[in-house]
Amino acid sequence: MVRLPYSTALTTLFSYGLLFAFGHLRDFFRRIIDSRKPTTNLKDYAPICLGHEDFYTRRLFNRVQDCCNRPIASAPDAWIDVIERYSNDGNKTIHRTSKTSRCLNLGSYNYLGFAAADEYCTPRVIESLKKYSASTCSVRVDGGNTKLHIELEELVARFVGKPAAILLGMGYATNSTIIPALIGKGGLIISDSLNHNSIVNGARGSGAAVRVFQHNNIAHLEEVLREQIAQGQPRTHRPWSKIIVIVEGIYSMEGELCKLPEVISVCKKYKAYTYLDEAHSIGAIGKSGRGVCDLLGVDPADVDIMMGTFTKSFGSCGGYIAASKEIIHHLKQTCPAHIYATSMSPPAVQQVISAIKVILGEDGTNRGAKKLAQIRENSNFFRSELKKMGFEVLGDNNSPVMPIMLYNPAKIPSFSRECLRLNVAAVVVAFPATPLLLSRARICISASHSREDLIKGLEVLSKAGDISGIKYFPVEQEKTTSVEKLKKIQ
Amino acid sequence: MDMALPVVNATSAVLARVSAAFNAPLARAVVFGVHIDGHLVVEGLLIAVIVFQLTRKSYKPPKKPLTEKEIDELCDDWKPEPLCPPIKEGARIDTPMLESAAGPHTIVDGKEVVNFASANYLGLIGNEKIIDSCVGSLEKYGVGSCGPRGFYGTIDVHLDCEAKIAKFLGTPDSILYSYGISTIFSVIPAFCKKGDIIVADEGVHWAVQNGLHLSRSTVVYFKHNDMASLASTLEKLTRGNKRAEKIRRYIVVESIYQNSGQIAPLDEIVRLKEKYRFRVILEESHSFGVLGKSGRGLAEHYGVPIEKIDIITAGMGNALATDGGFCTGSVRVVDHQRLSSSGYVFSASLPPYLASAAISAVNYLEENPSILSNLRSNIALLHKELSDTPGLEISSHALSPIVFLKLKKSAGSPTADLDLLETIAERVLKEDSVFIVTSKKSNLDRCKLPIGIRLFVSAGHTESDISTLSKSLKRVSASVLSDYF
Repeated sequence: MVRLPYSTALTTLFSYGLLFAFGHLRDFFRRIIDSRKPTTNLKDYAPICLGHEDFYTRRLFNRVQDCCNRPIASAPDAWIDVIERYSNDGNKTIHRTSKTSRCLNLGSYNYLGFAAADEYCTPRVIESLKKYSASTCSVRVDGGNTKLHIELEELVARFVGKPAAILLGMGYATNSTIIPALIGKGGLIISDSLNHNSIVNGARGSGAAVRVFQHNNIAHLEEVLREQIAQGQPRTHRPWSKIIVIVEGIYSMEGELCKLPEVISVCKKYKAYTYLDEAHSIGAIGKSGRGVCDLLGVDPADVDIMMGTFTKSFGSCGGYIAASKEIIHHLKQTCPAHIYATSMSPPAVQQVISAIKVILGEDGTNRGAKKLAQIRENSNFFRSELKKMGFEVLGDNNSPVMPIMLYNPAKIPSFSRECLRLNVAAVVVAFPATPLLLSRARICISASHSREDLIKGLEVLSKAGDISGIKYFPVEQEKTTSVEKLKKIQ
Repeated sequence: MDMALPVVNATSAVLARVSAAFNAPLARAVVFGVHIDGHLVVEGLLIAVIVFQLTRKSYKPPKKPLTEKEIDELCDDWKPEPLCPPIKEGARIDTPMLESAAGPHTIVDGKEVVNFASANYLGLIGNEKIIDSCVGSLEKYGVGSCGPRGFYGTIDVHLDCEAKIAKFLGTPDSILYSYGISTIFSVIPAFCKKGDIIVADEGVHWAVQNGLHLSRSTVVYFKHNDMASLASTLEKLTRGNKRAEKIRRYIVVESIYQNSGQIAPLDEIVRLKEKYRFRVILEESHSFGVLGKSGRGLAEHYGVPIEKIDIITAGMGNALATDGGFCTGSVRVVDHQRLSSSGYVFSASLPPYLASAAISAVNYLEENPSILSNLRSNIALLHKELSDTPGLEISSHALSPIVFLKLKKSAGSPTADLDLLETIAERVLKEDSVFIVTSKKSNLDRCKLPIGIRLFVSAGHTESDISTLSKSLKRVSASVLSDYF
């Protein structure tokens, strides 16, 4: 939970107010100057972007554009080559140079370290590329169904613990096209307030009514369910045809796990269906890497539909849905991404197959178990050290995602640029991905980070945090392990 | 008349007495300089009655909120529908399994077949140069990019690919998406908001329909590829509408419709767009790399300068033999999408090896424009050979690489038509080893165009492949359709 002290809230509001005021002032002068210029040939067309719609982009975001969209020139592994960029006109346009700087990567979703070339996966991927080529050029139901796709669907179903699975080429498209295939007008979707944009788009595209419950608040979920079942559809009061409750395994902006056992028991009591989006948690948490069900001891048969992506822990692309045989059969007949979209690229399929085999230990080594233990140890160590330094860190134990609160808009670019100067690549997130006052820096730990990497990261974050003034909590003096002592432990 | 007089006399006597009573001063009192007369009593009584009625509350049946016990009962009674309908008997679910690359010849279920089911228009599947660039990319960057574009998921091959495509088409800039169909359904909601007007063809495919639905704008459909219908729709929407200058207006068309194989007449559309001040969004998935003298798409084919088309989107899963999509247009158009297009901001970026495959494919096309003439001659040959197929007719454009065959006479219902066509496709595969497919529809698709058999012609097909296909198709359709007609 975020505890926003009053003084911080006031200063943050004041900063944003100042930025908005200056932005409006500059817009005003720009309008005066533009009205004297001759009109272009687009004079009778309405502007493609009305003035107030991209105000935030032009006046606030463009000032700190260099903190986002940083290009890299290497694989997104533990250490990356960030391409240096420069700007001649105050960040309005940014140009690439050919110089790179080697930085520690604390931003990519590389939980198990499969991002770069791997000794088991890459030879097999290259072999499948030579056999099946980079793309099948056709949809899955026509000529895009290869042996690899069928093998992966069976493997994913076995890994997750469900009877059957369906594969799709993009994680975002999985949510936005599966939800309309499952529920339509006359149904109700109850989703967590912090759900991802793909779920929101899928829910809107389905035509069903959408209600939101407060993040991880089971009592509120029960209240919403009771009220909605009792009242029925708005205005006609007919009963709902079905209700689906959508939650995520790990929420990517909070680092928190969802309270899955309580959600399942509430949904069973009121006969609602559950849809679990494990984009960030599959492969990364749990004793054998099977996600949040494994960690919290929930039987996969209790969750109706389990969704996940291959981008984060498996180092590939694409998404899957695992459910019962009837649901998968129905989805194969109706899901638009299965019928109209190019099937997943065969080398990417092979990468996932190899990665799952490594995690399960079926490649003959225990690298999978070592990686899972490594990421758990790394996350817990990093989080406890950050808390000791006085940062405000969100998220639960065992979760590899760690947001550090920044709040103030001026601290966003200062933290990011200072970290880059000291060769650490960190990610900062602000509005609209988070609420306006609650901007944060987000750290993603990987199994390929070694202990020295983490200690260097801690050192740099501490220095950048001192300069930006984001250590909102008192440093724990008695239990502080200074950086020198940590190095001695090594 | 005799009866009337006593009645009149009695009435006037009563009236006289009543008026005397009214006008006689009552109690000889003077209140505030006003004589209290008899009529004041009656008026006072009336006013009291009126005030009494006004102060009464109107009758509303009392509202009682549901008690907890009642809510419990309702929750127990409620029975939801099952999450999915039960499996129908005899439903076809098995799709053929490929065991090698989807080039002009491939191995399906163990035997070698001629492949007309992959949209491999330029025959680039299996091309050595592309595979070599992919191998180099895989060894350097791994498979996935592990992050969205904003968070260290932008790799230098993405920037190179965007620059290459923009240079190839002659536009200022372009933006890459990680999945073919997500391109159009992210671009449309980024530019069209509630209150805008969109005029779209009724034959657009599902991804465009989804984008139109998500944009919450007013959508008006015109008849499939009918320019007269488009002109009259535009006229109706803009006539007398003074506010039309403040609202953004768009026309959404596809260059080659994948539901019918027709080609949109771009010169006519541009003329109409300039007359009525609309912007054009052109979906070029199946014409990029196919139409035009050097493969630059529909604009080159019709000789229209590329600046006149405001937004062009395309999926790269067809002619370029890779995956993903791109969108291109003016600098303002492309920059706006980098922050407000949901499929770009909230999704992981394209795997780097697919971006390098795209760069090599465009390079190959620029260096070898002869593959375009191979493709064109193959299409022309196929049209000639299939022109006399019994029971089936070609309903696509003569230049479209998607050759669309539909039944000359419908069997009665769409399901029966689909059954017939599927039987033809299965028998052609089993008996003559030619792999063809029918057009399949999801039940979420609202396009009403007829289904048929879709043949995807490739520049890698030889003349013998085409003659095998046409002989087989003629034989099988003669036998299957003669049972029915």
